[in-house]
Amino acid sequence: MDIIIIGCGKVGRTLAQLLIKEKHNVVMVDSSRVRLNNLTEDIDAIQIVGNGASIQIQKEAGIDMADILIAVTGYDEVNLLCCLIAKRAGHCHTIARVRNPIYSNEIKFIKEQMGISMIINPELAAARVISQVLRFPSAMEIEAFAGGRVELLKFKLLPEFNLDGVSVMDIDNRLRANVLISGVERGDEVTIPDGKFILRNGDMVSILATPANSQRFFKTIGLKTHQVKNTIIVGGGTIALYLARLLVAMKIDVKLIEKDEKRCEYLNEHLQGVRIICGDGTDRNLLTEEGLDRTESLVTLTNVDEENVILSLYARENSRAKLVTKVNRIEFRELLSRLDIGSTIYPKYITADVILQYVRALQNSIGSNVERLYHILGNKAEALEFIVREHSAVTDKPLMELQLRKNLLIGCIIRGGEIRIPRGQDSIQVEDAVIVVTSQSGLDDIRDILK
Amino acid sequence: MNYSVIRFLMGWILNFEAGFMLLPALVAWYYEEHQGISFLISMGVCLALGIPLSRKKPKNHVFYTAEGYVTVSLSWVVLSIMGSLPFMISGCITSPIDAFFETVSGFTTTSATVLTDVEAFPKCMLFWRSFTNWIGGMGVLVFILCLLPLAGGSQMNLMKAESPGPSVSRLVPKVRSTAKILYGIYIALTGAELVALLLARMPFFDAVNLAVGTAGTGGFFIKQDSISSYTILQQGIITGFMILFGINFNLYFLMLTGRLRQAVANEEVRVYFILMILAAAVVTLNTRHLYDTVFYAIHRSAVSVVSMITSTGYFTTDYCQWPLLSQTILVLLMFCGACAGSTGGGMKISRLLLLFKTVKKEIILSLHPRAVETVKMEGKSVRPEVIRSLNVYFAAYGMIFVVSLLLITADGPDLVTNFSAVTAMMNNIGIGLGQVGPTGDFSMYNGFSKLVFCFDMLAGRLEIMPMLLLFSRKTWKKF
Repeated sequence: MDIIIIGCGKVGRTLAQLLIKEKHNVVMVDSSRVRLNNLTEDIDAIQIVGNGASIQIQKEAGIDMADILIAVTGYDEVNLLCCLIAKRAGHCHTIARVRNPIYSNEIKFIKEQMGISMIINPELAAARVISQVLRFPSAMEIEAFAGGRVELLKFKLLPEFNLDGVSVMDIDNRLRANVLISGVERGDEVTIPDGKFILRNGDMVSILATPANSQRFFKTIGLKTHQVKNTIIVGGGTIALYLARLLVAMKIDVKLIEKDEKRCEYLNEHLQGVRIICGDGTDRNLLTEEGLDRTESLVTLTNVDEENVILSLYARENSRAKLVTKVNRIEFRELLSRLDIGSTIYPKYITADVILQYVRALQNSIGSNVERLYHILGNKAEALEFIVREHSAVTDKPLMELQLRKNLLIGCIIRGGEIRIPRGQDSIQVEDAVIVVTSQSGLDDIRDILK
Repeated sequence: MNYSVIRFLMGWILNFEAGFMLLPALVAWYYEEHQGISFLISMGVCLALGIPLSRKKPKNHVFYTAEGYVTVSLSWVVLSIMGSLPFMISGCITSPIDAFFETVSGFTTTSATVLTDVEAFPKCMLFWRSFTNWIGGMGVLVFILCLLPLAGGSQMNLMKAESPGPSVSRLVPKVRSTAKILYGIYIALTGAELVALLLARMPFFDAVNLAVGTAGTGGFFIKQDSISSYTILQQGIITGFMILFGINFNLYFLMLTGRLRQAVANEEVRVYFILMILAAAVVTLNTRHLYDTVFYAIHRSAVSVVSMITSTGYFTTDYCQWPLLSQTILVLLMFCGACAGSTGGGMKISRLLLLFKTVKKEIILSLHPRAVETVKMEGKSVRPEVIRSLNVYFAAYGMIFVVSLLLITADGPDLVTNFSAVTAMMNNIGIGLGQVGPTGDFSMYNGFSKLVFCFDMLAGRLEIMPMLLLFSRKTWKKF
């Protein structure tokens, strides 16, 4: 596809690299010639110097032919303007990076009113990833759908769950948990199970559920999810703000250490249920005082990569905490991966990755009604998001009356922002978003789910 | 320096050259010439060296400007050495230096010859000479770029080093697609010329040779009198295509994609046409009395002017008999060259334009020391790095020119011949004045002078910096 990237910072650059690797045609626009010249040698793209929000420059970049425009300059407003203009000048999908927390609650409005396909908030995305790591420190696979409101979680079926030989239908009846078993991997084989499917010990089971429901489910079956009980966050930037909110919602005790007094006051004002401590997070005494040796997890989010890494190394020596280290610079990834500093989070990379997923999905959905497509279960199955726009054979009928294809499941129905894990008596209605899980590829329309 | 990627590309250069040699071998087979065997032997040599070199893929695909320059210049030398093998093996040219000179002259699209009688040459050899023009015109590495999957944007460094002109622009985001488009246009134009010549009733073998010779703005001819013996129409077609091949290929792409306005607005091309028309007019007026009709005078002047400015080097008349003014104009046109991004040689019109504008800017700055002034091309400021490399280009060009002239001075017959010989070499024209003019050839120079000429031709084609880098001791230092 033809993709225009406006803004050549770290995200723009990473994104360009990833997209070019996937054989897309990339045009890069930046107002600074120096930044463009600094592009590394492996970026095979046209470079244009100029303001990406100008129609002239967008035309030069080929907006009339472009499939996607991605605005990732340092300014939210410029990014939005770029997308607005692109929407009028061409007919492409637009992606904007908007990071100001003030806008973060208004994303939905902005997206819908301005016709922007996707808005990415890097800090929020990073915070989500960190919160997932803390929720399941023993590292199972997690994939987020519908903007993180639904998750696909993979776990191994162990003998102590007493689920060997139980059919999927019985699990629903027995546990009454609002989750959907959406995929089972047994050996190399992937099955999208129906109600009669019998589970065996050792199966890798994937469930689709909202975060709260999955917690309840794991509790019932007796899977120790090891969700950490408390955490120390060092550094009170925007990621920390989002993360603290997410963690509090997950009932994790949060201590946040931040140097700047003003910032502490601001955080105190905007966060509830978080212990905010004003002090230097690299101060050993302070850390000991606040219980570094007792904490279950430590997240280092200061602005200085070196500080984060050293802090994590220090914590590794002096505690058994689960460590999450934020690193801004992507260049030394291999080196850092050899250090014992727990999970390393690269916010820029996460941003690029989220956008990349969107682009991939878009490419897959060209010429079809698929809203979004995710590869799941080790690329052996697909989860497709459809928006139901009109009445058809699949709508307004209880699901149990529909003759669905084999190896296909209606995973989730999103109606007016509310998530439903569908049961037999539920029905699909117009304007629902429907997530379909299937191991058959090539579905183009919601009607294709029928036999 | 990433030696392994250079080695890898060298291997592929040799493999591709073996592929190129298949064509003259086929010609030999068709015309039942026994010299065809020499091509097969050369192919064997190329493959014997090329396959082992290209077998192991380099771990690190990335190469920088320096690697790009060295790869390009080294590959042109290797290409020429291997390309001269058929001449030597078949015994058509006995001296190795002569064979090397002839091949370098082919690949660099200079087309200066050491042969005193071209027509006595076997057809397959003639075709190989012309074909080297075609390969060299667009550049062999650009060709390899089209076919060889190499990683990433570092390919741009290859293209930069091989493509003529002060700066290279991408037509489409991917370098590889850009290379493919350029070669596509090149092949299409060559085909068009071939068809046009065939329609004008030129014999097939002649048409093929002239089409590939014109395409690279090379100018190897297969008749002793160059293109003089063809009909006016045929000469006209050749002249027309010389003009077309001297235009920046990017413009064809713009036209193909419907951006006609943008294409027509190109400053360089306008100057290119104005220069040609002006020069042809002056030469016509100056030589009017030599010909019976005005049409004839116009025709003769136009062919010569176009042939010189595009650095092709075909001729229809012995312009050494023309008045001094016309001769001077032709020599000046040799320096001028065609457009950047074309297959033509010379300094390139855009460089001269930039130079002119730099001088203008300096004048303004002398008059108003605090004035803020940048050099602009088509309304856009030109980057200081481009101006800097431009200045270095002219300085280096001057130095190489002077040194070459000094080195061959003892060898040559007279100053006019020597001067025009070096000019014809560095600008890849192939013919000069005096004894290297239309009636002469380069056989009277000794081996040493020919090697100097070879360097000049390569330096001229690759626009100097790559060749200087290749011969600089610092390039090959470990640290």
